[in-house]
Amino acid sequence: MTDLNLNFEPNILTFCCNWCSYAGADLAGVSRLQYPTNNRIVRVMCSSRIEPTFILEAFKEGADGVLITGCHIGDCHYIEGNEHTDERMKDMVNALERMGLGERLHLEWVSAAEGKKFQETMINFVDKIKALGPSPLEHKRVE
Amino acid sequence: MTQKETKTENKQEEELRIGAFICECGINIAGAVDCYAVADYISTLPNVTTSVVNKYTCSDAGQAEIKKAIKDLNLNRVLVASCTPKTHEPIFRACVEEAGVNPYLFEFVNIREHCSWIHMWEKEDATEKAKELVRMGVARAALLEPLESSEVPVTDAALVIGAGVTGMQAALDIADMGHKVYLVEQGPSIGGKMAQLDKTFPTNDCSICILGPKMVEVARNKNIEIMSYSEVVEVDGYVGNFKAKIKHKPRYLDINECTGCGLCTEKCPVEVPYTEFNEGIGARKAIYTPFPQAVPLRALVDKSICIDCGACIKACERGAIDMDQKETFSELDIGVIVVTAGFDVYDPEPKNEFGFGLYDNVITTMEFERLINASGPTMGKVVRPSDVKPPKRIGFVQCVGSRDKNSHIYCSSFCCMASLKNAQLLKEKYPDTEVYIMYMDMRTPFRMYEEYYNRARNMGIRFIRGRPAEVTENEDHNIIARIEDTLTNEIVNLELDLMVLSVGAVAPESTETVRQILKVSKAADGFMMEAHPKLKPVDTTLDGIFIGGMTQGPKDIPYSISQGSACAARATRFLAQGKALTEGITTKVDKDICVGCGVCVPMCPFQALSLENDKLKILTALCKGCGTCVAACPTGALEQSHFKNEQLLAQVKNVFAYGEV
Repeated sequence: MTDLNLNFEPNILTFCCNWCSYAGADLAGVSRLQYPTNNRIVRVMCSSRIEPTFILEAFKEGADGVLITGCHIGDCHYIEGNEHTDERMKDMVNALERMGLGERLHLEWVSAAEGKKFQETMINFVDKIKALGPSPLEHKRVE
Repeated sequence: MTQKETKTENKQEEELRIGAFICECGINIAGAVDCYAVADYISTLPNVTTSVVNKYTCSDAGQAEIKKAIKDLNLNRVLVASCTPKTHEPIFRACVEEAGVNPYLFEFVNIREHCSWIHMWEKEDATEKAKELVRMGVARAALLEPLESSEVPVTDAALVIGAGVTGMQAALDIADMGHKVYLVEQGPSIGGKMAQLDKTFPTNDCSICILGPKMVEVARNKNIEIMSYSEVVEVDGYVGNFKAKIKHKPRYLDINECTGCGLCTEKCPVEVPYTEFNEGIGARKAIYTPFPQAVPLRALVDKSICIDCGACIKACERGAIDMDQKETFSELDIGVIVVTAGFDVYDPEPKNEFGFGLYDNVITTMEFERLINASGPTMGKVVRPSDVKPPKRIGFVQCVGSRDKNSHIYCSSFCCMASLKNAQLLKEKYPDTEVYIMYMDMRTPFRMYEEYYNRARNMGIRFIRGRPAEVTENEDHNIIARIEDTLTNEIVNLELDLMVLSVGAVAPESTETVRQILKVSKAADGFMMEAHPKLKPVDTTLDGIFIGGMTQGPKDIPYSISQGSACAARATRFLAQGKALTEGITTKVDKDICVGCGVCVPMCPFQALSLENDKLKILTALCKGCGTCVAACPTGALEQSHFKNEQLLAQVKNVFAYGEV
């Protein structure tokens, strides 16, 4: 573990698919499962809609971590969209590694019934990014 | 953080007039988010004409305020920051549409499930987060474009998957409302688990005596087509226009010629010591009818044990038997689908729980149901497996496979009542039998259930609060159960002649197959998940697909039948109207940019894309709007309406309060 900057609150952007992980995030809310406030969610119909541009743009905009979530393999509302997501995100992590951002992109399958998993994923991801420290890309916080 | 300009590239000519409505949801949101601070901040953003706080935006008063603001302030975009679009988006879309704004110009921001409820004690951070979430929404709202939902015709037919008591009820109700029903059952007869039960609580009606007439009613109904011994293998399409492929497994006889007379069974020389209907107890022939009240009352051949002697072929006067029969398939056009695929009982054998599988005299509830049933293998005489003698001391163990961290955490809900029923039947039939129920908690809600429990106590049934910690067998094959009675704090060594495990319900593999074909969500307990636990208990998140009975989770017979009727009512709305609305979210191609590379074509799981003369062709009716192809397009020629690149990027660009370096 690197030195933890205790004052560092990372910016996390999460993409959720409409059918599974967004509903999983809803269930975490309905179940009042508390997790850190660092996360913002963008909803897409399927995780396979997420383009590399969106992820790069998020880092450019000041994200310290980007989380991609979707249905479990075999459960995709669009049959196999998440299989494309899986493939694309592996390529994306490779590409980001060259920029020193590889560990800041994470893919997780969360079903509509897994509110608890959504909460745990958030807590763990925030901890991981806190340990990594702020994104190496330079940003100026608007005051 | 103070003001930051929303970074949007507005290509539209019309002046943007966004109305933002921030919901307090009583204290559900206002308890953690300072809604007035959010509204004040949002009012400073570009294009925002009005930004107000409502106590409950979804209430009549809240909706009236939205409509009034649209009219008075000439709003052309509406944003509501409240709960989840999964439940409330349709409500607000309809609201803005009534006031003359295209429903796709409505933007929803979730500041309850995704903010106030998960940051209950961080008011300051939650308020900042809510501001940012709404800011993202405002940026997106500015770029929304009007879309049209298309009205599609609905095929006037329902597919009911699973013909247990729930599916039968759903099929009967839909058929009685004048619509065609295909009732598909994987087993050789309709009736489901209820056909196997002896009596049913809390009135102790004979199960098959009340179910049998219903089975006949289903068979007689002209609108219902029963497809027994058949399975759903493929389902394509969308609400109103599903196409289902059904596999009909070979029975090795012509179902239209067979009369169920039983002559073939009489002549068959092959006997196997196993019966499906009697939970394995007793024997049946290689050619057999499932049970005397089966519907359809037709034989089938178990090819795994048939020796092809031809005795049945000779015996059949109608020449119905065809040993070369192959499986066949039907393709059905369907408007709506109801899934009532039932349950399996928990199998305690793999872990030899409470000695099951080790000792002959430990059996399950379903085996007991067949033993005490007058049409069962022993003609209703209760005997124990080891020596076929009547047991004098019988114990029921509750919560086997239920409320157990090592198997299933949920309560199966019917097992307490089932054991109370079986204990009472024993006492009525054999008054001098000692009957024990070993339990954790007796759970008896609903009308006449608690009274039923009291009746069992008054009959002299003994209740021990505690379950066996150790089960052994003595030389007489009697079961010795060692239990801590947690009410008396005593260790009891109970000697029993027969021990019955009250096994819970589990989601069967066949249901999981159907679930994956239909893409219905799975709940944490493995059963299918409803659209909303309270408001939409039999809907799924998929339009036109409904779930009922055990498919939605463990429940007893009255509850299952209610859900069967509920599924019928919900499903028939589409059939009665003859039309349904589909989402306006689809993929579109810019023909000037598309180079016809075809990368997107294999991405589409619905075959909506094809190349024609090196140009992409989209069959919009097949497109389900996932956007997989859009992300794959190397030229940016494809776009997904309502989730266009610039609309999503507007959210991404406005999420964090950072400026350019």
